[in-house]
Amino acid sequence: MLGKLTLDAIPYHEPIIVVTLAVVGVVGLLLAVALTKYKKWGYLWREWITSVDHKRLGIMYIILALVMLLRGFADAIMMRTQLAVATGGAEGYLPPEHYDQIFTAHGVIMIIFMAMPFMIGLMNIVVPMQIGTRDVAFPFLNNLSFWLAVSGALLVNISLGVGEFAKTGWVAYPPLSGLNYSPGVGVDYYIWALQISGIGTTLTGVNFLATVIKMRTPGMKLMHMPIFTWTCTWANILIVASFPILTGALAMLTLDRYLDFHFFTNDLGGNSMMYINLFWAWGHPEVYILVLPAFGIFSEVISTFTGKRLFGYKSMVLASGAISVLGFIVWLHHFFTMGSSANVNAFFGVTTMIIAVPTGVKLFNWLFTMYRGRLRFTTPVLWTLGFMVTFTIGGMTGVLLSVPGADYVLHNSLFLIAHFHNTIIGGAVFGYLAGFAYWFPKAMGYTLDEKWGKRAFWCWQIGFYCAFMPLYVLGFLGMTRRLNHSDNPDWNIWLYIACVGAFIIALGIACQLIQLYVSYRNREQNRDLTGDPWNGHTLEWASASPPQFYNFAVEPKVDDIDAFTEMKERGHAYHRPDSYAPIHMPKNTGVGFVMGMLLTAAGFGAVWHIWWLVIAALLGTLAAFLVRCYDNDVDYYVQPDEIERIEDAHLTAVQLDNTLKA
Amino acid sequence: MKQSKVSRLTGGLSLGAALLLTGCEGGVLDPKGQVGIDEKNLIIIATVLMLIVVIPVIFLTLYFAWKYRAGNKDAPYTPKWAHSTKIELVVWLIPCVIIVILGTITWISTHRLDPYQPLEHEQEALDVEVVSLNWKWLFIYPEQGIATVNKLVIPTGRPVSFRLTSESTMNSFFIPQLGSQIYTMAAMATRLNLIADEPGTYQGISANYSGAGFTGMKFDTVATASEADFNAWVDEVKASGQALNTETYEALTAPSEYHPVTYYSTVKSGLFDDILMKFMQHHGRTPLAMPDDAMGHSAHQAKHTEAAAHAAVEE
Amino acid sequence: MSTSVLIPEAPVRLAPEQAHDLSHEQDHEHHDSGSNTLFGFWLYLMTDCLLFASAFATYAVLFMNTAGGVSGKDIFELDFVLVETFALLFSSITYGFAMLAAHKQNRSATLMWLAVTFCLGAVFIGMEVYEFNHLISHGHGPQTSAFLTAFFSLVGMHGLHVTAGLIWMLVMMLEVSKRGLGNRTRTRLGCLSLFWHFLDVVWICVFTVVYLMGSV
Repeated sequence: MLGKLTLDAIPYHEPIIVVTLAVVGVVGLLLAVALTKYKKWGYLWREWITSVDHKRLGIMYIILALVMLLRGFADAIMMRTQLAVATGGAEGYLPPEHYDQIFTAHGVIMIIFMAMPFMIGLMNIVVPMQIGTRDVAFPFLNNLSFWLAVSGALLVNISLGVGEFAKTGWVAYPPLSGLNYSPGVGVDYYIWALQISGIGTTLTGVNFLATVIKMRTPGMKLMHMPIFTWTCTWANILIVASFPILTGALAMLTLDRYLDFHFFTNDLGGNSMMYINLFWAWGHPEVYILVLPAFGIFSEVISTFTGKRLFGYKSMVLASGAISVLGFIVWLHHFFTMGSSANVNAFFGVTTMIIAVPTGVKLFNWLFTMYRGRLRFTTPVLWTLGFMVTFTIGGMTGVLLSVPGADYVLHNSLFLIAHFHNTIIGGAVFGYLAGFAYWFPKAMGYTLDEKWGKRAFWCWQIGFYCAFMPLYVLGFLGMTRRLNHSDNPDWNIWLYIACVGAFIIALGIACQLIQLYVSYRNREQNRDLTGDPWNGHTLEWASASPPQFYNFAVEPKVDDIDAFTEMKERGHAYHRPDSYAPIHMPKNTGVGFVMGMLLTAAGFGAVWHIWWLVIAALLGTLAAFLVRCYDNDVDYYVQPDEIERIEDAHLTAVQLDNTLKA
Repeated sequence: MKQSKVSRLTGGLSLGAALLLTGCEGGVLDPKGQVGIDEKNLIIIATVLMLIVVIPVIFLTLYFAWKYRAGNKDAPYTPKWAHSTKIELVVWLIPCVIIVILGTITWISTHRLDPYQPLEHEQEALDVEVVSLNWKWLFIYPEQGIATVNKLVIPTGRPVSFRLTSESTMNSFFIPQLGSQIYTMAAMATRLNLIADEPGTYQGISANYSGAGFTGMKFDTVATASEADFNAWVDEVKASGQALNTETYEALTAPSEYHPVTYYSTVKSGLFDDILMKFMQHHGRTPLAMPDDAMGHSAHQAKHTEAAAHAAVEE
Repeated sequence: MSTSVLIPEAPVRLAPEQAHDLSHEQDHEHHDSGSNTLFGFWLYLMTDCLLFASAFATYAVLFMNTAGGVSGKDIFELDFVLVETFALLFSSITYGFAMLAAHKQNRSATLMWLAVTFCLGAVFIGMEVYEFNHLISHGHGPQTSAFLTAFFSLVGMHGLHVTAGLIWMLVMMLEVSKRGLGNRTRTRLGCLSLFWHFLDVVWICVFTVVYLMGSV
């Protein structure tokens, strides 16, 4: 009846897990009580869970990302403290059984369930608005994608309390991840969590590509699209081109584990190197999927806060495209040490370092955007400057690793760990946090507290250098990754510094949580009345904050990049038309949520071999989908009088603000 | 003020890095063999070359941010200026030039440091066969007819030619102070050529996570002062009395952590190939099916055909 | 956050019938308008294409690894597969006729051609199931060697797609008979058409790479 699931699967003898679960349970209970007390369940369901509005989905994606950031960061702190404690022959407090799950979960969560939702969340909020459209091409699909991401995240978190997570590292290389060497359910959780959320991501890629190709506002040519939209578009092309490979690789691993197939096994002719190739054919583009939108954010931030047009727009678009294309022919640099011939290694080494060219061009273009500008040191700008310094170092160590001769001694060492945290934190995460501060007023209607934002930045920045520069050193000292404990006295000091660094980053995260609280408390003082708090260049700033649910009452006409700046300069901004036409909008639907939860159940059933549950949940998913397909009540029209009321409120606020300023 | 903090930070960091480059013991920046020395030099050359761009970029970032701050009304302000063919040319050209130079260095060094390529040396290389097991290292000396677990002894100043495979999961064979690492994988043999130029004891590790006992998968590499010392050690092993045959090997495959150093005075001949063929016999014989042939490694290919012939005999 | 601006208290909505009339008149700005759907579906097919590409690549790497067991030459029966292939190729043609009939708003002809297509597809799947069953009963199941693993997975993945297409076709036949050939239905028929022809193209690759090249 319950497959492999028995009471033994609950790790009630592990104090760390029990306490964690207790805290999660209490917080969940408090939330539930609060929702019941303030009668918000209906509101939550109607306005958020079932929402097909890209802005609300974006906010929910970012909430998911922040929650998973806390989870993934808790793992990071545990690892760093374990390594700082377990020196000189001490075992530390985390036995391999537990520690190996933690570093696997940390990697999976941070990449798949923190960075991806953060990026997709920002893209959801901003991209449709930047191209002047009212929604994405397939709003229901967008809602479904979100719930698939949540489904994957749920499975990862369920593994904490029921069973175990993979003990293979986030790459789950076979044969270690095969049934012979990982007989437990951990790898199965890994497979289904990645598979379900990965399909959601693929759908997001398809959705946003269709949106950008088909739904730009009249007059907006491709080469008029704001740079953030462009970088997201490149990222979506990469998603569409690379995620199916992950789907395939995971499906094969699944068949090996569930049906005794022999894709990647040692025996009967399986070839585990094929998995490693497939994994990185997805995995390398994946890092560009993460970082390209961040590049776009930096471009928007620098251009806005320096009060200038972006320098070298075409170069930027071209460079992003070059990075995307090159990103597909470099995957082998993840395993130079597999014994490929010198020609093969040299080829992939050189293609990898060629990526430094377009990346370097981008850095120079940001520099020349600042040149002869008027830079305002807001929080997003601090993140951007921090990025430019930090990422340059990360890029340099990356190019160093792309030299096979150097990689032969640095591969899999803590030098590598330092490098990719240098680029992913210093590049992607700093970018998302810049974007978070930059677009927060647009999404929520009030600006974030600057003081706490800057504190957060400095803690992150200093914490980052403390936590990761020592890892470069440790890599040179010959310390490899995924060690559970160490007994080399030369390493200790660096391990201690790195641990302190992690705690400084924790302070940074705390500052951000405080910032959210303080900003919410002071929201009335910080309200963004005009919808354009930073004197922005692009169309998202033409709407109110938060935007009207239909985004634009009249589709904006565009004939240049920096469309909103043009409108403001020509006096076309905030134009009140004589009359409004009805606006066609999609209705909210609960089908995406239902499908997401049913697939979570199916995934859980598959992990524990509860086959009736899998079949029932899959049939339920199909039924829900068909119900949606044959539901004719999926849209409605917003009437002109209502539009007029909403628009007038916004325009009056803008006028009032202008008078006050004057 | 904010910029000065950043610059102080980066300044401190580069100082720290410089101190490190000169003052560390052990690890890859303290190499004791030609391969490691070449790789260290490569790291330094590549880093210096990149610093030519990296330092100006970091400096300009902070300088421009400070100079064009909103408060500085003296600085020129050109809000519409967004294109300059000259600057664009330069910013594409500079990284291109650096990458062309670095690419050339990469191409040459990758061929020179190819782990499969035998080292040029007047002495003939010592053959050692390496098998990674959960979670220990087995070293077989085919010429000497001995084997050890978790201890590698080699003569100083003589190249060592390793053939490597795995009994179970993938590991990476790595002695940081001697240079290059290479994966060990079941169903295939990889190769590695190293040399120790100074006598001493160097730690060897697995550099690829392979499960619960991975941390303890370490071994000491002893480079003996002379060939005579090495021979004396071989005799010592030969006197130890334990034999490595099919049964003792089977016992060894059982997972164990921090396995004590073990000597085997005799080894079943062809044991390494037997281990290899346990899985490799399931692979096809035409070039398409050879896992690493797709990567075009001729040295390995030769070995592979040899092993395949071995399989044919068995059948 | 304040939602008073974002979500009006009581959105003025049209009665459903009214809304539908409107939505048909103003189809060009419909959210799920036909051209968007077809383009989106085409993009999805590209992702599917890459999924097949991964499976092909894996097959190419594994197909000689027979673990001492049978190879393609031993088990492929080209005549049988040729019949299978023609069933699928003809089904693409008949689907084309169904689309032509749909554009002419000829409901009964559309249904007839869809039924013919369905039958041909079912023949294809039936023959594939027979082939798989035959192999497994002779001890050549996918668990026997990496070659058979890759073979069963690649061919089976295509078969699963065709099966999904058949189920979809059944649903569409129901839709056409109940609702006629409105814009939405024709768009869906168009998507299924893309899907069906795509599977045909993939099968031609499977036939060439797996069966033809495997038999020589």
